Amino acid sequence: MAATEAAPATESASDPMRPEPFAVRHVTKETGDTFTLTLAPVAGAKFRPFAPGQFNMLYVFGVGEVPISISGDPARPEILVHTIRAVGATTRAMQKLQKGDWVGVRGPFGTAWPVDQAHGHDVILIAGGIGLAPIRPALYHVLLHRGLYGRVVLLYGARTPRDMLFPKELREWRGRFDVVVDVTVDRATMEWQGSVGVVTKMVQRSPFDPQSAMAFICGPEVMIRYAAQALEQRGTPGSSIFVSMERNMKCAVGVCGHCQFGPWFVCKDGPVFRYDRIERFFGMREV
Amino acid sequence: MKPGDALVVEARELDALLGALRERGHTLLGPTVRDGAIVLDEIGAAKDLPVGWADEQDGGRYRLRRRGDGALFGYAVGAHAWKRYLHPPAVVRWRARRADSGFVAEPEKAPPPRYAFVGVRPCELAAILVQDRVFLGGAFVDPAYRSRRESAFVLAVDCGSPAGTCFCASMGTGPKAGPGFDLALTEVIGDGRHVLVAEVGTERGAEVAGAVPHRPAEPADLEAARAVVAGAKGRMGRELDTEGLKDLLYCRYEDPRWDEVAKRCLACSNCTMVCPTCFCATVEDETDLTGSATERRRIWDSCFSQEFSYVHGGSVRTSGGARYRQWITHKLATWHDQFGVSGCVGCGRCITWCPVGIDITAEARAVRQGETQGSSS
Amino acid sequence: MTIHSFEKILAEHPFFKDLSGPHLDTVVGCVANVVFQPGDFIFREGQPADLFFLVREGKVAVEVFVPNKGPVTIETIEGGEMLGWSWLFPPYKSRFDARALNAVRALSLDGACLRTKCENDPSLGYQLLRRFTEVVVSRLEATRMQLLDLYGSD
Repeated sequence: MAATEAAPATESASDPMRPEPFAVRHVTKETGDTFTLTLAPVAGAKFRPFAPGQFNMLYVFGVGEVPISISGDPARPEILVHTIRAVGATTRAMQKLQKGDWVGVRGPFGTAWPVDQAHGHDVILIAGGIGLAPIRPALYHVLLHRGLYGRVVLLYGARTPRDMLFPKELREWRGRFDVVVDVTVDRATMEWQGSVGVVTKMVQRSPFDPQSAMAFICGPEVMIRYAAQALEQRGTPGSSIFVSMERNMKCAVGVCGHCQFGPWFVCKDGPVFRYDRIERFFGMREV
Repeated sequence: MKPGDALVVEARELDALLGALRERGHTLLGPTVRDGAIVLDEIGAAKDLPVGWADEQDGGRYRLRRRGDGALFGYAVGAHAWKRYLHPPAVVRWRARRADSGFVAEPEKAPPPRYAFVGVRPCELAAILVQDRVFLGGAFVDPAYRSRRESAFVLAVDCGSPAGTCFCASMGTGPKAGPGFDLALTEVIGDGRHVLVAEVGTERGAEVAGAVPHRPAEPADLEAARAVVAGAKGRMGRELDTEGLKDLLYCRYEDPRWDEVAKRCLACSNCTMVCPTCFCATVEDETDLTGSATERRRIWDSCFSQEFSYVHGGSVRTSGGARYRQWITHKLATWHDQFGVSGCVGCGRCITWCPVGIDITAEARAVRQGETQGSSS
Repeated sequence: MTIHSFEKILAEHPFFKDLSGPHLDTVVGCVANVVFQPGDFIFREGQPADLFFLVREGKVAVEVFVPNKGPVTIETIEGGEMLGWSWLFPPYKSRFDARALNAVRALSLDGACLRTKCENDPSLGYQLLRRFTEVVVSRLEATRMQLLDLYGSD
């Protein structure tokens, strides 16, 4: 199977350094600290097409700016969806936003999940925690063009059943005959009758052809490491595994230096990387 | 007069050259002595230059001393680099104010300055070209950098007096200025004469040179200039073996040397501030008291700070060793893969201005010698 | 069920993959077929551990009962996996509860019977212990990952 690349970054429609105002159309509380904002452009700003896996820089007026993956449907870019976890000053300020408030948006930036190169292959999506948010656009795309792909498998690990993202959609996807969805939690609650354990165990048991599959992994780096190893143990080469990385970002265009990971800038050489390319840095501390 | 021409200007006619630049709308910036050091600042005339001064530099040490002659450019480099004018330490990116629907963000409207950089050392010129790759060579072109860069007249001056921490010869960036200057001067002083042997680099440089009293350079002048440069080349204070250095550093991420350096390194960021190629920056959003207007500023940052690599939960690089490793590996290795050239131009500033005298050439040497002692990559 | 078809089923279970013919013959004498309904306990904490199980179909929750909290599931075991290792070492008592979450079909193996056979045939003992160790190591690694609480907010 020919080695593929992460899809190259698409052009941003306007000045990449200045945010444009987008209005909050809808706020959804997902779990304890995670929420989804649905945004639409206002005041001359334009909606921007994006590729699954890309991110925007979201700006709260006077507070700050953070990189957030786009978690909506790439076929409907006029509805901009971001699923956000409140972990710092800016994201906590976003958590307080209500319908009618607005955020600044610039982007989209970064490389994308190689959904085109995956035509004809089994597609394995592996997500941990909030990692399901950047994976979801890829799944939307694959399901919209379902006939172009082989087996489609979604493996999702969450902390507890209450921390699962998008539970309603998970059930819908699970209900389809042409998608395999397997979900596990680290810790069960009383009512949970599903799997308890780690995502890597699901990789070992999952029904896909390791030789021809392409895998997209998103989640904490430790989880990515073990999931990729589990895939490789099953026979999926590192050149067929793609992972999404995260680093501190200030500019998102490769000139502030903050997002460097080894020789790469996560904002423009990533966030989606082909795993065999970056594998040696994965094992290293503090890179 | 055209690019490639060589001419001779009497040292006393330098003011005519500076005047010609001023007449063409350039603000003159050049080295000058202040508080016992050579700094870059606005200058008015040749007398503002460090006339008759030389510098003594070593690890963590910088002193000026009197030369005993009237050389205009008889020193190496000070702490300031030209990046402070092309990639300023603090610059307003845009201003925004609240509006009926959201906010309006407008780019900074101040007209870009029109500079003439007087006395750009070959290593500094190389550094400017390195930063050109960063800010002009990628998919994103920094418009503020470009406008400043295009309007800046570069008057380079070859080195005749390298300092104790110089190693431009090792890096292939000097002591003779490479391409990229508008005009390049080599100061020849002694035996009763004091001239500036000039080489024209661009049409713009040719036009300015034509407006200044001069005569064509003779072979003897060119030979004198060559001798100055050759002499400087032989008096480098440091050297750095760049052979296979990139690949070597790529193999040395886990070398115990980095933790050794960390015992001395204060993470003070001096090296990144004085380095002419370091470009890392952060952004600050500042809002006025009413909360209705805000400014985004881009401000120099350093990979040595704890917060530099912060993602939620903590910083990726917390140990001093990891942060030093990041800086040196970026400068001498990953920079090649990012920008096609080394990040180091051999100016020696990081050695001179490090309070504890950490020496990039010594660290590179130590890591290389670790190899011959049998530690595998 | 004839002994012949038990051998086939045993040989097909991942736990006994590549076990030699003679060894399979030895083990098969200790095997029985078992079925559990949803909610059935497969073993209880503290009770004598005489059996271990090769799950063929279904899902089993390995649980600890925490006072004031109720049963907490540590891990779920599914078809193709092995369940129960307390029969290997004294005091031969189960450390956890194992409860069927749905209809579970499994093979049970008599631990006391197997222990004797392993004493008599160390090469069989080695094969079994090697397989057990692999499972234990894999479960330990997974447990450590769960402990890391990777999806936690800090």
